[in-house]
Amino acid sequence: MNAVTISDPVLAVRGLKTHFFTRAGVLKAVDGIDLAVARGEILGLVGESGSGKTVTGFSILGLVDPPGRIVEGSIRFAGRELVGLANEELRQLRGRRIAMVFQDPSTTLNPVLSVGDQMVLAVHAHERVSRSAALARARELLTIVGIPSPDARLAAYPHQLSGGMRQRVAIAIALLHRPEIIIADEPTTALDVSIQGQILFEIRRLARDTGVALIWITHDLAVVSNLADRIAVMYAGRIVEDGAAQDVLSRPQHPYTRGLLDSVPGDAPAGDLLPQIPGTTPSLLTLPPGCSFRDRCARADQLCATMPELTATAAMAHVRCHHPVTAA
Amino acid sequence: MTTRAAAIADFWGEFRTSPIALTAFAVIIVIAILTIFAPWIAPQDPYDLANIDLMDARRPPGYVGTGGYVHLLGTDAQGRDLLSAMIYGLRISLQMGLLAGAIALTLGATLGTLAAFVGGRIEAMVMRIVDLQLSFPAILLALVLAAVLGKGKTQLVMALAAAQYAYFARTAHGAAIAERGKDYVEAALSTPLAPHTVIFRHILPNCLPPLIVVATVQIANAIALEATLSFLGLGLPSTEPSLGMLIANGFQYLLSGRYWISIYPGIALIVLIVAINVVGDQIRDQLNPRLKR
Amino acid sequence: MLGYVIQRLLQAVLVMAVMSMIVFIGVYAIGNPIDVLLSPDADQKIRADTIARYGLDRPLWEQYFAFVDRLVRGDFGRSFIFGISVLDLVFSRLPATLELTIAATLGATLIGVPLGMYAGYKPESRLSKSIMALSILGFSVPTFWIGIVLIYTFAITFPWLPAGRRGDTAMLFGVEWSFLTLNGLKHLLLPALNLSLFKLAMMIRLARAGTREVMLTDTVRFARAAGLRESTILRRHVLKLIAIPLVTVFGLELASTMAFAVVTETIFSWPGVGKLIIDSIMTLDRPVMVSYLVLVAFMFITINLIVDLTYAMLDPRIRKGRS
Repeated sequence: MNAVTISDPVLAVRGLKTHFFTRAGVLKAVDGIDLAVARGEILGLVGESGSGKTVTGFSILGLVDPPGRIVEGSIRFAGRELVGLANEELRQLRGRRIAMVFQDPSTTLNPVLSVGDQMVLAVHAHERVSRSAALARARELLTIVGIPSPDARLAAYPHQLSGGMRQRVAIAIALLHRPEIIIADEPTTALDVSIQGQILFEIRRLARDTGVALIWITHDLAVVSNLADRIAVMYAGRIVEDGAAQDVLSRPQHPYTRGLLDSVPGDAPAGDLLPQIPGTTPSLLTLPPGCSFRDRCARADQLCATMPELTATAAMAHVRCHHPVTAA
Repeated sequence: MTTRAAAIADFWGEFRTSPIALTAFAVIIVIAILTIFAPWIAPQDPYDLANIDLMDARRPPGYVGTGGYVHLLGTDAQGRDLLSAMIYGLRISLQMGLLAGAIALTLGATLGTLAAFVGGRIEAMVMRIVDLQLSFPAILLALVLAAVLGKGKTQLVMALAAAQYAYFARTAHGAAIAERGKDYVEAALSTPLAPHTVIFRHILPNCLPPLIVVATVQIANAIALEATLSFLGLGLPSTEPSLGMLIANGFQYLLSGRYWISIYPGIALIVLIVAINVVGDQIRDQLNPRLKR
Repeated sequence: MLGYVIQRLLQAVLVMAVMSMIVFIGVYAIGNPIDVLLSPDADQKIRADTIARYGLDRPLWEQYFAFVDRLVRGDFGRSFIFGISVLDLVFSRLPATLELTIAATLGATLIGVPLGMYAGYKPESRLSKSIMALSILGFSVPTFWIGIVLIYTFAITFPWLPAGRRGDTAMLFGVEWSFLTLNGLKHLLLPALNLSLFKLAMMIRLARAGTREVMLTDTVRFARAAGLRESTILRRHVLKLIAIPLVTVFGLELASTMAFAVVTETIFSWPGVGKLIIDSIMTLDRPVMVSYLVLVAFMFITINLIVDLTYAMLDPRIRKGRS
């Protein structure tokens, strides 16, 4: 496995494996991934549902519920190893130095507590300040994320806010303690298309302004194209390609990435057939040996029966394929 | 294997992994066998008044009675062999519980499903009545009905079923509403099939899981309810001793140390009810979609 | 919110009306209404007087209105056995039942909810499994049986507590309550324990089920991701989320517990309303039976109303209306 070379990354994941031990068998949701995020960098983690991208996010925070658990690998944050860290130490990092934003704000916010109460709880999780000081901080953050009349919002309940507003509240909660990295798990997927753009813009602005690193998990390439500095593509629990965003989007090396880009409706004339990747995502319980993309790849051959390694194609760019698209 | 048979095999597979549930299930089977073969197993027929001699009354376990046999668990206040009375009592409990449960299930499920499909004001009114009854505790309802209808098996079953059908109606209604919105219903209704065929052959089977869960609870409840009513003196006539009545009869002797008349029937009753509840619990957990397993 | 309150009030009144109709029809369906008002051995003259006074020879609908009128004025007739007005009779026994029911309910909730929450939070621990096993017992074993066992254990085998009857009472707000005296408390303990066990088991199971479900939601996950301590999550998020279904059940079960008090009062010879109804069924004291039904129905409807209103208070989505 080639080393991921970023000097002083804020987060470095090495060989992470998170498996779910269900009655039906072992589900290898994350099966050996390497990631690194530099300070202030925005990394887009792209993949279909079932690719393991959400579980990756949970693994970093230590929020994997049974029957799943991290079986192998290392997650280094600010010089500390997170895998195997005691629960209380992990808790102190969560929300304060590593934060997470979830996909559906209508289920992540508690419907029976006011917005203010929930934000105060988040403040008090890490700091002993008076309630009014906590509310002041909450108010400040609501303004930062672009919510007008924050006092009214603090007294309100989640169901009284629109979807976009709720997600902004969730982002505000993530920013409360000025974390060094935020993991955003499809934060715009559950919102209206018109709001998506707004939230995206806000987040990019916030990331630039506060210098916080960001892992943006999504299935939508279009979203990361405007946002990310680097992109990593996941398939069936593994990273199949990563590199600078522009490079991955304009000159993808893995057939899967190529297929994803081709299937985005773009400038093709109307009436043309939309290209699709044939086949369906394999079940994580019954992965075939060798390259997991083999059954859907036009370039596959005997060699693909063995798992390709993640090879560096440039500084900080890798691909996991025996027959990458731009290979000589 | 059809999908239904496969689903049942799956269910049984998971059920088998819980030793407690399996034990409870085995207990139920044993009791059921005991009660079905009661006339052949019980040492003495407790209904046969000729067999009962007041001289034998309130004798401790192990006493050899005038009939010549050993009363393994002693005798009750009328001179009946306690073991036989208990076995027959268990039989009555199971009979009442299952019968009342079955009637309440059929009545309630039909009512609930039909209401869901008739819709409109009728549905609203029917469900209001059901809700009303649900908020009224079953024991009071059963008490009043039993008092009004008098003693006897049929009356008791009627009282129990009337007190319990509402739970089934409510559950069936909820499940039918959920099914009503699904695509396959629309598809089935657009075929030449008669609506009632659609309801009973297609929709009702899909409503079964929650109904099964309610049924196990209600059967246990019916048994407990019948025992309570018999204990209070309503329900069955004293010639057909149910467990509740045996316990009631023995209550007054507790202070004088003749504990067996109350305790043994009590234990039998509890074993039966607990076993049913344990099995019901397991079924409920396995059928609950909101618990990831 | 106001709309909700008014709506519920109107519903309650409607249900009361329907109940009164059902009881009225019931009395007529069972037999001669005169049997409800007069003892069978009253002579002809009294019968004629009663018929005239209560208008029993009038058309049915007129009688119904007279019936409702009497109910509203609190005239429930006179008990055959005790000879006093049924209303007085019931009210004299009500405090005993009330203190028993409230003691049982309070105990069940204050002990049951924390135990259940723990069992739901750590479902695989041995303590949780024992709690659940015990709850099955409390839930399935009929109340009367537990009562017998309690008496046998704590009053006969180990003569620590009295085997029945109510203890000494003291006056508060013009009513005699027995929980105000030590002797009264000793007498209250076993029956309250007996009555509470069923509800305790139910509370444990409900709290556990609710906690288990809530712990798997995104809300809890998000709270953990924000770094909240587990104890804070349980206290501030989970408790509030399971409170709503719990309160609903609490209210309904309060009424049901009062009903179950019938059994407990019989076993412990507790002079409450429950024992009254059993005795009246045995002695065919019909005015008491009819009035009991009406009063109980009224009580239920009131309790349900209060539960609905509390529900609204707890769930801000109802309180503040949809946006």
